[in-house]
Amino acid sequence: MAGSIKIRAKDKGEHVEVKTLMSHAMETGTRKDSKTGDLIPAHYIREVTIEANGEVVIRANWGPAVSKNPYLSVAFTGASRGDTVKVSWVDNKGESATQEAEIK
Amino acid sequence: MHELNSKRRTFLKGMLANGAISALVGAGLLTPRQLLAAWPEAAFTSDSLDGAVQALYSSGDMEESDRVRLKVPEIAENGAVVPVRVETDLENVESISIVVAENPSPLAAMFELTPRSIPNVSTRVKMGKTSQVLAVVKADGRLYSTQSEVKVTIGGCGG
Repeated sequence: MAGSIKIRAKDKGEHVEVKTLMSHAMETGTRKDSKTGDLIPAHYIREVTIEANGEVVIRANWGPAVSKNPYLSVAFTGASRGDTVKVSWVDNKGESATQEAEIK
Repeated sequence: MHELNSKRRTFLKGMLANGAISALVGAGLLTPRQLLAAWPEAAFTSDSLDGAVQALYSSGDMEESDRVRLKVPEIAENGAVVPVRVETDLENVESISIVVAENPSPLAAMFELTPRSIPNVSTRVKMGKTSQVLAVVKADGRLYSTQSEVKVTIGGCGG
C-alpha cells in the first residue's frame, strides 16, 4: 500500500520551502473496528527523509500521534528553482514511498 | 525492534562484505550518521513526558526559552488534527521535538536537522484530550523548551 506523496517546493529566495502531504492511515493501534470490536493494528510512518539534489536536508522520526494523512512543512538552504526535492517515508510495517518534485 | 535491528545488521554486513557501503562512504555519498539513523523506539513508547525526553536526549535538563516559538491553537475542536508549528532563532539546532504531555505516548514527532535546515517545522498531531504541548529544541548540545496548553473539545485518539 505505497501511498501517494504530494509535494510543493518553492524557492523563497533565502531558502526553499517544502510542503508535503502523505497519504497514510497513521493507525495508533488503540482504535477499535466499529463493526467487529477488534483492535486495528498500529500502522504509521516512522521515518521521513527530505533530500535536495541527493543530499539529506532534514529527517523526521514520527510516532502514531502524527495525524492521518500527514502534513509536513520544512525549509532548507542550498537549493534553488529547478533543483530536485525528494521526499520518502518508511512505516512500522516496512512499507515505503518516495516522490520527487522540482523546486518552483 | 531487535529482530529488525538484527536484520538490518545482517543486511549491512552483507553490503559491507561486497564493499558497496564503504565505497559510498568513501565517495561521500553516505555519511555514517545516515547509516546509523534509527527510529528512537524507547522515546516513542515512553508513557511520560520526562521519560520520552530522557530517552531521546539522555537528559531531562530543559531550559524554558522564549527563543523557541510554538504555534498551536488555543482550542482544538478536533483533536485528531491539531496544527503545530515550531520555530526558533537559536543557532546550531540539532533537533526539534513535539511532545503532547497527556497523550498515552507523549512524544509525537522528532526532527533531525542538518546544517542546511531552517529551524522551522510544521505538522499536525493527534491529541486525546486537553494537554500542554511542548516544543523541545536541542541547540549547541543544550535543551530549550516552550509550552502551551491546547484545549481539546473532541479527542483524536479514541475509537
